[in-house]
Amino acid sequence: MPTPDLHDRPALLEARGLSFSRNDEPIFGPLDFALHEGETVLVEGDNGAGKSTLLRVLAGLLAPTDGEVRLHGEVLTLANLSPQVALLSHHNGLKLDLTAVENLRFAAGLLGVRQGLSPISALAAVGLDAFGDVPTRQLSAGQKKRVALARVLLAPVGLWLLDEPYANLDRGGIELVNRLLETHAHRGGAALITSHGAYAYTSGAPRKVALRPGIGNRESGIGTAAEDRA
Amino acid sequence: MKPGSTAAACAALLRRDLVLVWRRRGDALTPLLFALIVVALFPLAIGAQQDTLRHVAVGVVFVATLLAGLLALDTLFRGDYEDGSLEQLVLSPHPLSLLLACKIAVHWLTTALPLIAISPLLGELLFLDPALRALLPLALLLTTPLLSLIGAVCVALTVGMQRSGMLLALLVLPLYVPVLIFGAGACNAAQMGLPFLAPLLWLAAGLVLALVLAPLACAAALRISIS
Repeated sequence: MPTPDLHDRPALLEARGLSFSRNDEPIFGPLDFALHEGETVLVEGDNGAGKSTLLRVLAGLLAPTDGEVRLHGEVLTLANLSPQVALLSHHNGLKLDLTAVENLRFAAGLLGVRQGLSPISALAAVGLDAFGDVPTRQLSAGQKKRVALARVLLAPVGLWLLDEPYANLDRGGIELVNRLLETHAHRGGAALITSHGAYAYTSGAPRKVALRPGIGNRESGIGTAAEDRA
Repeated sequence: MKPGSTAAACAALLRRDLVLVWRRRGDALTPLLFALIVVALFPLAIGAQQDTLRHVAVGVVFVATLLAGLLALDTLFRGDYEDGSLEQLVLSPHPLSLLLACKIAVHWLTTALPLIAISPLLGELLFLDPALRALLPLALLLTTPLLSLIGAVCVALTVGMQRSGMLLALLVLPLYVPVLIFGAGACNAAQMGLPFLAPLLWLAAGLVLALVLAPLACAAALRISIS
């Protein structure tokens, strides 16, 4: 639960002067923002604005060109990845030949489980209790997304990095994501989610980080970022 | 919130990879069939003179095994790379090199071990010297894990590229040559009645070295490949 002295403690995630370039072509940045416990921050940007790249940098999969990422006050490097992050990227990370439950059991073995949850109950939490024994190959894109969300939910971590969590989901699925994010924030977790704007984050008023180099003005080589309380 | 133990993570990964191989057991048999076909074609192509075949038997079995392993090598990390599982492995709190060692172990168990199991049959197809019946599987037992480990490092380097098959072969073949020379050399020496222990010990030493270093190199290479 958010408390007044929350911001005195080191932020769960902090970006300082963070920028990333691929082959000397700037993708985003410099960005400065912090994510505290109990917060949900929405990263907004057009297609190609670098949202997914930002999430991969924050997860530690990509090294930033400039600036640094701090998790719980400690600098994140490729050699010092934090076990505190659950990443949902546009690859769901699911094995199509395994059933949904088998996929989650593997994730549980790899990462551990959140207290009070099991692969079965996590699957029920995303509304797929009837599909546990169906090979993931036979699930629809939205159902696969839900299984991937169940994996994020199951992992015993405080920080969620969700890349387009609303993509492929129906109305019920969008509400589900909002509900999961709200519960996660209430138990002291934090989440950074990306959206290109077509899907609305409906619950409450999350903070936003806007990414705007966009494809159009990327040639100018300058990425601007703005952080504001929405 | 409690992260799982590293042993549990390795067990989960071993189990998952074995189940995946079992679900696609048809695909898993490809290297075995490939080696069998190559070896079976030799007597047809060079005639059934027993002396000629016996002379080349060791070399043919080794080359067939090596090429069959190369055929299966690309699948080692490819699937995990494409569906994003590799990212999840990298982001797990456990040592990546240990997790990759588990993957390589499953790969060796499912592609190389069946080949070693049928190597006496492959030998018979080529009238292998009866004195080598025990030595050939033993030499393969030392050679194939070394090939898998060396190959895994090269696959880790190339997995981020599209159509990396040719590059992989170019990278891996020069590294395979010494292993081939020592493995086949031991058998050839035995066939001529010469001492054959030294090359086997070299292979064993190389294997110990690779067991320690290759997973570490693999982990470093994969981190570069997925970025």
